Amino acid sequence: MSKYYTFKIKRYLPDENPSTRWDEFRVKLNSMERVLDGLVKIKETMDGTLTFRKSCAHGVCGSCAMKINGQNRLACQTLVKDLPETIEIEPLPALPVIKDLVVDMTMFFHKNDKVLPYLINDEPPPERERIQSPEDQHKILESITCIMCGSCTTSCPVFWADKEYLGPSALLKAYRFLFDTRDRATEQRLEAITGEHGVWRCHSIFNCVEVCPKEIDITKHILKLKRLAVKKGFTGGEK
Amino acid sequence: MEINKHYFDTVIIGSGLAGCRAAIECINHGTVGVLSKLYPTRSHSTAAQGGIGAALGNEEEDSPEWHTYDTVKGSDFLGDQDAIEIMCYDAIPTIIELEHMGVPFSRTPEGKIAQRRFGGHTREFGKAPVRRACYSADRTGHAVLFALYEQCQLKGVRFFQEFQVLDIVVENNAVQGIIAVNIKDGSLHVFESKAVIIASGGYGKVFKVTSNAYASTGECLSMLFRQGLPLEDMEFFQFHPTGLYGLGILITEGARGEGGILINGKGERFMERYAPTIKDLAPRDMVSRAILTEIREGRGIDGKDYVYLDLRHVDRKILEERLPEITTFCKIYMGIDPSEAPIPVVPTAHYAMGGIPTDNDGRVLRDIDGSVVEGLYAAGECACVSVHGANRLGCNSLLDTVVFGRRAGKAASSTLKTATKGKVKKERISLIADCVDMIRRSNGRETVASVRRDLQTAMMDKCSVFRKEEELKVLLDELQALKERYKDISIADKSNTFNTDLLEAIELGHMLTLSEVIASCALQRTESRGAHCREDYPKRDDENWLKHTFAFQGDKGITFKYKPVKLTRFKPEERKY
Ligand SMILES: Cc1cc2nc3c(=O)[nH]c(=O)nc-3n(C[C@H](O)[C@H](O)[C@H](O)COP(=O)(O)OP(=O)(O)OC[C@H]3O[C@@H](n4cnc5c(N)ncnc54)[C@H](O)[C@@H]3O)c2cc1C
Ligand code: SF4
Ligand code: FES
Repeated sequence: MSKYYTFKIKRYLPDENPSTRWDEFRVKLNSMERVLDGLVKIKETMDGTLTFRKSCAHGVCGSCAMKINGQNRLACQTLVKDLPETIEIEPLPALPVIKDLVVDMTMFFHKNDKVLPYLINDEPPPERERIQSPEDQHKILESITCIMCGSCTTSCPVFWADKEYLGPSALLKAYRFLFDTRDRATEQRLEAITGEHGVWRCHSIFNCVEVCPKEIDITKHILKLKRLAVKKGFTGGEK
Repeated sequence: MEINKHYFDTVIIGSGLAGCRAAIECINHGTVGVLSKLYPTRSHSTAAQGGIGAALGNEEEDSPEWHTYDTVKGSDFLGDQDAIEIMCYDAIPTIIELEHMGVPFSRTPEGKIAQRRFGGHTREFGKAPVRRACYSADRTGHAVLFALYEQCQLKGVRFFQEFQVLDIVVENNAVQGIIAVNIKDGSLHVFESKAVIIASGGYGKVFKVTSNAYASTGECLSMLFRQGLPLEDMEFFQFHPTGLYGLGILITEGARGEGGILINGKGERFMERYAPTIKDLAPRDMVSRAILTEIREGRGIDGKDYVYLDLRHVDRKILEERLPEITTFCKIYMGIDPSEAPIPVVPTAHYAMGGIPTDNDGRVLRDIDGSVVEGLYAAGECACVSVHGANRLGCNSLLDTVVFGRRAGKAASSTLKTATKGKVKKERISLIADCVDMIRRSNGRETVASVRRDLQTAMMDKCSVFRKEEELKVLLDELQALKERYKDISIADKSNTFNTDLLEAIELGHMLTLSEVIASCALQRTESRGAHCREDYPKRDDENWLKHTFAFQGDKGITFKYKPVKLTRFKPEERKY
């Protein structure tokens, strides 16, 4: 069964015009198709200048996060049949727009870099794998599913107000290593996340949890970080 | 025209598993720049689901020797046995090293890396399925790629994300560097280096229905081919048996490894007829053909063109814990819960066995005699070592990327002290700049999208699981016509900023070249072996065809040379499971 949908898309084509505008396209899509399919169809048959990121097309790479009917979502994981006939699409909020739906994610990725986003363990490795119980693996299970799409951080009011705030995604990344039994950089990493723009800024507004396409309970993880920080005596910054 | 120049001792194209693993090796010996047309962790490796193979023996007895045998047999004896042996023996230290780098593998109750079954992996030379695939739920690629990228960051590898490579410059039999465009602002960049490692992944996008990402277009292979370098075994393209019907999204073989079975329209478990010993865990080429045969003979579901993958009898807890991602895919894209309803599946274009020929250390070969291109290396799906021969076993590709990514990195680093710095000539840069400009200014009657769609449809219809002479010949004519149409394209976006319209047009040109190579290679191989099934030549023909195809761009079209398969321990035998 296919049906016409109206895509209202916020356009920004800097080489053409320094201001933004809204364009409307009518596309016929069947009930299995995704918002991404609609965008592809528009680009292929109506306006080749329409620009957006895409790669995997099934919600695993994080390329196609954008604001769809007011909420940050993955275009490739949102079926049109679940939306009203008019679909409003904008780039992710709070990041500089490069063109149309493509935002500059440099700031977002920099936040990750700040939390030492890699396993640190300088002890000589054993001959075989480091043993980790299934229970211990479970502690990081949710956090390792993050695809770094940027939906959470850009939906967070604290980040809107304070661009230096590490934000949900970077804090989740910190959690991923702090709660990995194989990591040895607890102090360093806690230091990195408990500053002025760190973990204490989270006011549990839950926007991040609302929008995460991987259904990660980010706030829960941040709470655990706070508890660990207090336990280890990292209570500096805002409380 | 302003050109930005860079120098790195080693330049790596691609930041998937192969590229990142190579980078970790190279950064210990010099400066490293990695280019990727995507943000690094969005590389297609991130989509890999089911597992990475190694005979760790964590769950039951296993040995690298059995792994070697399975891979040789899986390859339908076209894989080079020396390379396969290297991979299967290196597998164990490689996985242990990945674990030390932080890969969050799923665990056994004792806390070791958990392992599960995968197609074609057996114990004692084919006796019964064995648990060999190490996994992180069904997000293994994601788990491994993140860890490798993170270690690259820790060690100071420079990444150039969203830089698309337009040319790999080989002159006087040596690599000089590469030319790339910064997608963000359209500026051209030249990277000179002592070594270039190509790790640009697969090219499933030449087919209409595929598990591959939009970015898997294969232009780097075509860039070498157009310069007169060979491509190896391009006729072998794997179709994965279980793509979601209508979408091609992959349902990992791990689903069958956890007990899933295939059923036809009559409710029969049909794999029992095709592979009595290991049934649904037969290698992919066999299962894909079996599914399509069932459908052709009218035993698809309700007589339609798909079969069911049934997971209803698998413990819900196993689905939740070990296959959460595919459970979600089924819910989102098909509206079904796999523990309540069977999943409609058909084969989907999945993996390129063929690619840039290399030796066992990733050196790019320029001919069948083992001569190499100075400073040029390739690893991962874009390369052909060849460890997969005519058919790759599941969970051997991730293994291939890390094992040979590391080896290529090591080999490249070992020559840095004596190697000369490459030089990219001005004329070459102008040539590329002119080509880009020409496409930008084009104002023909064809669109990139329509030519691409017709290309993908033609390849799917005439060059997928089953092939025959007449169809391949028609296909080659169609490809000629498509090439003509391509000359008459126009693109709408003329700007410099994030011009994906332009970049897709460039990719399409290369996809046309690659498709022609694939189809020509398929036409010349008059036998059936592994994934290459010629209906007009249904038998494997070891007497004439136990050899690798090397395709070259000649003045008057594509020419072929052949290289013997390296046989060491295992003699070709009939492939029964
Ligand atoms: C859905 C799916 C599931 C899979 N599951 C498994 C599995 O369970 N086990 C297994 O062993 N294998 C699996 N595979 C196969 C395996 O994932 C791939 O073969 C492997 O990841 C390829 O890795 P790579 O490093 O060679 O390339 P990729 O990860 O594809 O990376 C290619 C890189 O090259 C870059 N690139 C390409 N062209 C250019 C250019 N022109 N300029 C700049 N950069 C460029 C891309 O941006 C990217 O960074 C799966 C494949 C798919 C599609
Ligand atoms: S936590 Fe969720 S929303 Fe945030 S970046 Fe990761 S996947 Fe995206
Ligand atoms: S395209 Fe990969 S998440 Fe949407």
